Amino acid sequence: MRAVAQRIGQLVVVLFLVTLFTALLLSMLPGDIGETIIPFGSDEQREAVRDDLGVNDPIWTQYGRWVGNFVTGDFGKFYRQGNVTEVSDRIQSTFPVSLQLMVYAQLLALVIAIPLGVYTAHRAGSVADKATNTTAYALLAVPNFVLALVLAYVVGVELGWLPPQGYVRPTENLGEHIRSMILPSISLAVGQIAVYMRLLRTDLVATLQQDFILMAKSKGISERRVLWRHALRPSSLTLLTVAGLNVGTLIGGALIIEIIFSLDGMGRLVFDAISERQVVAIQSLVAIIAIAYVLVNFLVDLLYAAVDPRIRHGRG
Amino acid sequence: MAEADTDSTRDAGDAIHDRDLIAGAPVSPTELDVVVAEAVDAVIVVDTEAEIERAATKRLGIMGWLAIGWMALVALMTIAPGLFPIPSLDERSIEALRSGNFGPQSGHPLGIDGSGYDMAAKVVNGARASMIVSVGAVTFGLVVGGFLGLIAGYFRGRIDTVLTAGFNVMLAFPQLILALTLVTVFANQQGVSYGRRVGVVTFAIGIVSVPILGRITRANTLAWAQREFVLAAKVIGTKTSRIMFREVLPNVLPAMFSIVLLGVGVAIVVEGGLALLGVGVPPGIDSPSWGNLIASLRSQLFFGRPWGVFAPSMAVFLTVLSLNYLGDVVRARFDVRESVL
Amino acid sequence: MSTRPGKGGGRRRVAPLQEHTGCLLEVVEIKTHFKTPAGVVRAVDGVSLTLDRGRTLGIVGESGSGKSVLSRSIMGLLPAHNVIREGSVKFEGNELVGLGSNDMRRFWGVELSMVFQDPMTSLNPVMRVGNQITESLRYHLGMEKDEANATALNLLRSVGIPEPQQRMRQYPHELSGGMRQRVVIAIALACGPKLLFADEPTTALDVTVQARILDLLQRQQRERHMAMVLVTHDLGVVAGRTHDIAVMYAGKIVETAPTATLFRNVKMPYTEALLQSIPKLDYHSHTRLTVIPGRPPNLIHPPKGCKFSPRCAYAQERCLEEDPPLFEADTPGHHYRCFFPVGTPEGVEAFSRNQERGETAAGTPVVVRTAEAV
Repeated sequence: MRAVAQRIGQLVVVLFLVTLFTALLLSMLPGDIGETIIPFGSDEQREAVRDDLGVNDPIWTQYGRWVGNFVTGDFGKFYRQGNVTEVSDRIQSTFPVSLQLMVYAQLLALVIAIPLGVYTAHRAGSVADKATNTTAYALLAVPNFVLALVLAYVVGVELGWLPPQGYVRPTENLGEHIRSMILPSISLAVGQIAVYMRLLRTDLVATLQQDFILMAKSKGISERRVLWRHALRPSSLTLLTVAGLNVGTLIGGALIIEIIFSLDGMGRLVFDAISERQVVAIQSLVAIIAIAYVLVNFLVDLLYAAVDPRIRHGRG
Repeated sequence: MAEADTDSTRDAGDAIHDRDLIAGAPVSPTELDVVVAEAVDAVIVVDTEAEIERAATKRLGIMGWLAIGWMALVALMTIAPGLFPIPSLDERSIEALRSGNFGPQSGHPLGIDGSGYDMAAKVVNGARASMIVSVGAVTFGLVVGGFLGLIAGYFRGRIDTVLTAGFNVMLAFPQLILALTLVTVFANQQGVSYGRRVGVVTFAIGIVSVPILGRITRANTLAWAQREFVLAAKVIGTKTSRIMFREVLPNVLPAMFSIVLLGVGVAIVVEGGLALLGVGVPPGIDSPSWGNLIASLRSQLFFGRPWGVFAPSMAVFLTVLSLNYLGDVVRARFDVRESVL
Repeated sequence: MSTRPGKGGGRRRVAPLQEHTGCLLEVVEIKTHFKTPAGVVRAVDGVSLTLDRGRTLGIVGESGSGKSVLSRSIMGLLPAHNVIREGSVKFEGNELVGLGSNDMRRFWGVELSMVFQDPMTSLNPVMRVGNQITESLRYHLGMEKDEANATALNLLRSVGIPEPQQRMRQYPHELSGGMRQRVVIAIALACGPKLLFADEPTTALDVTVQARILDLLQRQQRERHMAMVLVTHDLGVVAGRTHDIAVMYAGKIVETAPTATLFRNVKMPYTEALLQSIPKLDYHSHTRLTVIPGRPPNLIHPPKGCKFSPRCAYAQERCLEEDPPLFEADTPGHHYRCFFPVGTPEGVEAFSRNQERGETAAGTPVVVRTAEAV
């Protein structure tokens, strides 16, 4: 329980600092807010925007107001020529898309990386191992957006097998949804596969040299069982940590992938907000992302305790 | 190792400090800090014994020499692009345009772009922008982050707690978004000079790398600052700053060097990402960066002309690969880990 | 022990290949060489021994003598890469050398078992103790969960662990060192093996716990009529607990004898040196302990002739040239590998010759070996 309270405390502190920093940063945006957001509107419209955003108040008041709104669920508005939308609405429609993309990518990466890692660790030093490692190493050097572009071009345009752009909701058409998400997920996942596989392999190779593995072998247990039941669990800690920390990279990656494949996700939303200088929206979005990041790491901590009982019992 | 307890912000990375229990092997938590910090960069640990062995016996192997060779080429591209036997940047090849062949052809080894300009020329000239930004960013990150990490690792206690918390908070900010915001705020208006834009982009990427480099420096400093020679220096009354810079830093730097190499690779990719989003180095006609090339020629893909994207992508790929490899080789030789072995 | 089908697809626990009347274990000239970048390490260089059910064999040697490699080699637990394994190991008449892991799995855990040195590292840290025991039971003997748990409980009780119910659910790091080793023993004995290797089972434990663990092993061995091989560097461990002792040096057995004979009638200078280096209770304080000068030999480029000659107080020219074969002593079962054995006229003469010279044929200075006060 104490741990949970501590975590929540941490979350609040981090959020506070992150959002405060964002607010300060954004306050340095040159030019007049009204003009930036609605450059072609009328004076009244701009005045309305300025009032709404309260830009005439000192920065602290603005920040305080934002905090007050945020915790009550009012994430602000998007001000655009002709219409004003609630940020929360936009988040509701875009969040699932990004979430799906990141989850698919992460799952895909793990599903491929873990068996590959186990296999190469088991056969460390063999030709297959070296070949896999070299391939993974090379794949690491390919930026995910390059891969995305290549895939979009080769598979989407040239071969026409999968749509190079566009998003379809799973509720509308599951098949099309899957088809539209394959290329983006692969683009995001490939870099992770290489990382995860090599991390797992390193840990496993070290674990496989431990005495308890030899002991398991001397019990007459089959190799497969020794690998998966005995060796894998103690070796998965680094992988877990990285998978958790990677959420930050994933978010950034998702942003680019969403833009390349024209997926209507939160990354897109953030990008638009930033380029349109939607100050309040940016604040809220950044805050939400930060929350997600901390939550995921919290989850990773929990998983830690589940995977390794020594941690559960506080360093036995 | 006592420093496992100085972190008051107990995050996922700290849970790894418990790994020192794994099968009785006394794994230093600081060394794992290195792994964690690197993990933020999604960078890989050298694993095959052959690689370590090769590095230990100071033989570079073919891959190493190829990597060095490529980087030397890139350096040449950055400093003296005119030396390369390629058409100049403002030469347009009307004949090629008319023939509709945009791929490699005589006189254009890497093809031409949508308007007939030679791709090889663009790639060679683009090296400068990419390298300036990435090297500059990592240098900034190293100087600032490295300094902070050094302090945190050396003094420990309160300073360390505060700085580490600072790093963690910075890490909570998704990096690309932070870079994006910084560039937008400071350099995305009309009439911003090229120089300023480059500067801001460099600064943005640099800021993002500060916490990562800071954590790694801190981990390395923690490991080194405990050695007896530091204690000896303290005992004879050496000034703290002198100890830090003359005793500890020279030992930390080699390990940092490998991260720097890897970091430059990452920075190139981040710049590419920013360019794709429209906030990278501004694409002036004589010095678009590789990222810019990829971004601006992206539309060419849909016309079935992949070489606009392919050529700079290859450049990025080879550069990142070479940097990764060299970084690993350097790390295998200087890693903190070797003290545990 | 019948043919109950186990989880591993029914290929567990087949009936023994033939009714065997000879020795349980027969090792003939086993060699284990490791290929390393520095050269070929001849860790075990021609060892032969036999063992019957109900008997305990002690294998004694310094670090680097090859004793641990020997036990693992006999069991076939060494990796396949870069390891050369020659010779013959017959278990109940079945030849084990040349069998792959798949075939060896018929024997591991079921017929042959091993207790490792460090209980902290030989137990899986993330698996509950109970599961680690029942795993063998369910896998090899095909027991159902309840039966396996009950058997495991009994096992824990029989190795002297209090409150076994609780312990079953715990993890290794929650137990003390001595208890962990008991668990390891329980795991090793779970399927009732006929031969148990105990590889330095007490080295990692407190001295007070050592005796109890050794007693436990002895008791289990007697009750189950097992054969046991006790590997250690400590002569004190094997005194009184083994039927026979084999002393190893540089990958070979240099002396082997029934225990009492070894202590009473030692022949090999190395064994004598080992015996003399054991401090005795009635020494005065500040007595300088006798040590064996020099270091264990390089196993990649071993010296010509007798491997112990560089450190032997009896060494003569012949020892530097010829590698002595195993000679048989008067007592049956007593073999030694020396040209100038202790207690024989040749030996005495060799020693006094060296004493006169002040050094052995190998150039090692002769130390006057009296353990009285300095």
